[in-house]
Amino acid sequence: MEDKEILETVNGIFIDVLDNDDIALTPETTANDVDDWDSLNHIQLVVAIERKFKIRFGSQEIQNWSNIGDMIASIKAKTA
Amino acid sequence: MKVFSQLKKNLKKDFSNLKTIKVALLGDTATQFLNQALRATGYDIDYNLDIWEADFNQVEGQVFDPTSELYEFEPDVVIIFLSSHKLVARYNKLKPGQSGTMADMQLAQIQNLYESVKSRLKAKVIFYNYQEIDDHVFGNFANKIQSSFLYQLRKLNFMLMEYASNTPDFYICDLSSIQNQVGKQFCFQPSVYINTEMVLSIDILPEVAAKTLDIIAAINGKFKKCLILDLDNTTWGGIIGDDGLENIQIGALGIGKAFTEFQYWVKKLKNRGVILAVCSKNTESIAKEPFEKHPDMVLRLEDIAVFIANWENKVDNIRTIQNILNIGFDSMVFLDDNPFERNIVRDSIPELTIPELPEDPAEYLEYLYPLNLFETVSFSEEDAKRTAQYQIEAQRVVTQQSFTNEKDFLKSLNMLSLVEPFNKFNTPRVAQLSQRSNQFNLRTIRYTEADIESLSKSSDYFTFAFTLEDRFGDNGLICITILKKQTDDTLFIDTWLMSCRVLKRGMENFVLNTLVNSAKEHGYTYLKGEYLPTAKNEMVKNHYKNLGFAEQDGIWILNVNEYENKECYISNK
Repeated sequence: MEDKEILETVNGIFIDVLDNDDIALTPETTANDVDDWDSLNHIQLVVAIERKFKIRFGSQEIQNWSNIGDMIASIKAKTA
Repeated sequence: MKVFSQLKKNLKKDFSNLKTIKVALLGDTATQFLNQALRATGYDIDYNLDIWEADFNQVEGQVFDPTSELYEFEPDVVIIFLSSHKLVARYNKLKPGQSGTMADMQLAQIQNLYESVKSRLKAKVIFYNYQEIDDHVFGNFANKIQSSFLYQLRKLNFMLMEYASNTPDFYICDLSSIQNQVGKQFCFQPSVYINTEMVLSIDILPEVAAKTLDIIAAINGKFKKCLILDLDNTTWGGIIGDDGLENIQIGALGIGKAFTEFQYWVKKLKNRGVILAVCSKNTESIAKEPFEKHPDMVLRLEDIAVFIANWENKVDNIRTIQNILNIGFDSMVFLDDNPFERNIVRDSIPELTIPELPEDPAEYLEYLYPLNLFETVSFSEEDAKRTAQYQIEAQRVVTQQSFTNEKDFLKSLNMLSLVEPFNKFNTPRVAQLSQRSNQFNLRTIRYTEADIESLSKSSDYFTFAFTLEDRFGDNGLICITILKKQTDDTLFIDTWLMSCRVLKRGMENFVLNTLVNSAKEHGYTYLKGEYLPTAKNEMVKNHYKNLGFAEQDGIWILNVNEYENKECYISNK
């Protein structure tokens, strides 16, 4: 799957989980850039992404992401 | 059921017109999502749960400190969630030789928590029981080893049931049953647990919240009282009018077994006090035939409080049933195999609960069980008699039609009422009536058995429980009043509620005569009453006015020395 395609899918998940249609993610986006993306909602986002891509992240992996680009790289590695 | 992300959208809605219930949530794991799920689920059943959440793992700190935020908050409901994962951690630290005492030690701790809460709050306590974790240290042999974790956990769950059965305000929310229903893999997600200390998966949150709200709603008087059954292909297989008595499917063979097992379930509900009604498109005599003659029928006519079979539309028929039973549509469940009928009824009576029965009757029960339609917070021996009482009511309706004059009708009933203060024999029923009565209820204050017991012992109150019987039968205990000593000359009517089964019998007059006589006897001059409106008690809006009380700033006052006994046709038993 291409990065762009993954980004679009992830963007859709963010819109749904955070209930905010204005979200437009880029690889550089961090939690500080998105309203309501706090540690609690992060868990919900991760679970929703896992379900959508039918993957499981390692419990440490998800703590090492610094931005959306890292998240997409993880997804890409697992769906390749 | 909504998934968590859908449910969360409720949190942005307007809660301001909903009934507020103050809830304290305390857990030994992270409970933020559970908090959100509870509040969002409450919205869908018209509750504004005002939730105060304790900081992470502060259960003991909050409960045992009399000056804690918990007690400052003064919740109506305290939810305590001690997880199986923390139980394992505790078990892990026990010295060899102590393992076999874990259940006893943990139960003692839970009792301490409960008693500490109860000594400072009037709140109800909801406690989640333990989801099973089988560590397989002993394999199947764990069942033979008292010190195994599995043995101790199951023992603890059983001891909790025993404790709850003797502790009126301690309610168990059956998390273990939820996990058995959907599986541990669905309930628990290890990565979420490791990262966040949350032991409930995001998927299971709506289920857990719903089951918790079932208890909260029942405590607040919102629960199902009546089950309305369709007959053909719901109660038995086939169509009685076409197939005939010999050919309907019921009994031990084939699909008949599904209907038999369904009927046994319905019969157990009836024995528990759920009122059964039949609503069927059929010729009445033909529809009744299986109930009278089929050897394999589990349900019999005497199980059915109201039997309506005709060719009119079901909406009107259900309205008739509601009229006879005099309970709200929101306390009734309608089961019908026909999606078309369900939709018509749903469109006209949206308050009615109408489950989407699966097409295959083999799946009826497995579909119905987890819906938990019939949550309750009380059970008394009177419950089992309820059906007979409603059947008697139907007879009375017929008799009444033969009298042109209401007085003559009331006289002909030869009514007797036993008036007693609350005592240990009537306490369960008094508490139950206090939970169940919504319509004829002036202030809608709910009392549990424990509350009733302490009222009966208090010297600040006069309590009255009324029964009513007549020549058709015994209605049992149907009315409660509680008088609070307000000043030296004034008694405040804290509670006046009555079962709607006995409306229009002159019971109000009889009760007021009794209260006035008692007030005079004890040297009081004034009775004060108050009407607190709810969505359901409009029928008693003018209750005190009709009885001759005078209004003063929203309070109704009666001078007992100027009172003349009201006419009524009920005698003291």
